[in-house]
Amino acid sequence: MSGFLVKQPGLLTLIQDAGRYGQHRIGLTTGGPLDGEAFKWANRLCGNELDATGLEVSIGGLVLEAQVDTALAVTGADMPFKINGQDVARWCTHKVKAGDKIELGFATSGSRAYLTVAGGFNIGQSFSSTATVTREAVGGLSGDKLKQGDLLPCQAHRPTALWALPESEQPDYNADVTLRVILGYQHRTFDSVQQRLFFSSEYVLSSRADRMGFRLEGQPVKSQLNGILSEGICHGAIQIPADGQPIVLLNDRQTIGGYPKIGSVVSRDTAQLSQRMPGAKIRFEEISLEKAHNINCLAQRRFINTSLQQIA
Amino acid sequence: MNVEIAGENSLIIYFGETTDPLVSAQVQQAAARLETVMADTLIDMVPSYASLLVIYDQFKTDHYAVRRHIRETLTQLDDAELQAGQIITLPVYYSAESGPDLEALAENAKLTVAEVIKIHSEMEYRVYAIGFAPGFAYLGEVDPRIAAARLSTPRLKVPRGAVAIADRQTAVYPAVSPGGWNLIGLCPTRMFNPEADPTMPVQVGDRVRFSPIERAEFLALGGEL
Repeated sequence: MSGFLVKQPGLLTLIQDAGRYGQHRIGLTTGGPLDGEAFKWANRLCGNELDATGLEVSIGGLVLEAQVDTALAVTGADMPFKINGQDVARWCTHKVKAGDKIELGFATSGSRAYLTVAGGFNIGQSFSSTATVTREAVGGLSGDKLKQGDLLPCQAHRPTALWALPESEQPDYNADVTLRVILGYQHRTFDSVQQRLFFSSEYVLSSRADRMGFRLEGQPVKSQLNGILSEGICHGAIQIPADGQPIVLLNDRQTIGGYPKIGSVVSRDTAQLSQRMPGAKIRFEEISLEKAHNINCLAQRRFINTSLQQIA
Repeated sequence: MNVEIAGENSLIIYFGETTDPLVSAQVQQAAARLETVMADTLIDMVPSYASLLVIYDQFKTDHYAVRRHIRETLTQLDDAELQAGQIITLPVYYSAESGPDLEALAENAKLTVAEVIKIHSEMEYRVYAIGFAPGFAYLGEVDPRIAAARLSTPRLKVPRGAVAIADRQTAVYPAVSPGGWNLIGLCPTRMFNPEADPTMPVQVGDRVRFSPIERAEFLALGGEL
């Protein structure tokens, strides 16, 4: 089968679908796109199922060569996007022909871009998903990030229409981030002073940020517990190790761990966090579980009800 | 028994606060029942020593409904029976070379390195949970004389096969990963291999013994330094 040839893999480009679910009991993590919002839009722009397999391009530097005629879209971080050397827009579909060169330069705003093709890439599943988790060596092409010479198989496709996401719906990755947090887990072991410090302090995103978790630096907070009996960790959980510096745990997090947790960040906000570069300013805001549920249900309806603009 | 919020689409049930084979068996039983009751709304589950994380589809259900399922399930728990699993022996090359925290752990415990090795390898451990990484089996309980707190700043890179202690837990790292446990040796047995069937040599409920080996044997068994 033909598809797209990887001429330059970029710093960290990973094959991802919506993530790996139902495998925590053998210790497999979720994987999947760090910015699930931008990933869903990329698939919608290509007319795909929302969990179709695409690419997560971190920081940039990707060059592909098309071997088929099809359509593709790029969403997420602002990476200079060129087809055959011509600047083209993100957040919309483009026709490509066999032989076309597709380039994503280095991000000027945000840090993760998503590239999808019509019908998605045809990648074999491992443990019910194509999501690449390099730490586990699972998913993608032999569990690894893209390398030069890799072939990304996909079907040829003749698009009948091209679509764009209205600019009003496109996210801004430059704004300071306030992460909405639902108190949970061991939050009672952080006394009221510690909780007030946590929710009133400004943190800075550390350079020690990867797909497992984003470390923040700033006001230390202390739990009355040093360690706990290891327990399941959900997406967005905020772990506080003994040095008092919070770590927001993301898609490739460990499924179980023994550090105290004050609560969890809602996934819409971890998507925004994952688009930030080291040095970004981060705050936390407490919300209830009921409010988080409403925010997510409303966002899902807004996604469904937002119409794409036909551009060709 | 206590149910806490974990995150936007998850609750965590605490069955106890200590490592106890009986509590561990209750967790397993509750996980099996909830899996049936919540078949349409369950996304994933993480059973551990004394807790069960339940992740649900927030667009099909809500935390009130999930709490109701949990309450009903918990009132139906039988007195859990302990199932004796198989016994697996894992070879370990204990040394300063393969376990950078071995000497510090011995010093803090006021023991010799040889005594630490003897105490660690004489005990039979139960697999209480699998998680943190594929094939990462949490084994308990470590003799209190060699229990050691986690490092205050976790290492960014722990090698595959590292045998480690945190508090009264011990484990073998199945892959290179960050980690905050005290490293005392290396085990050449692969703890997770997606190509193999089964993918892991152990499962929850099994018992594990460690058998000390020399450097040459470790290398002969495919171990890497």
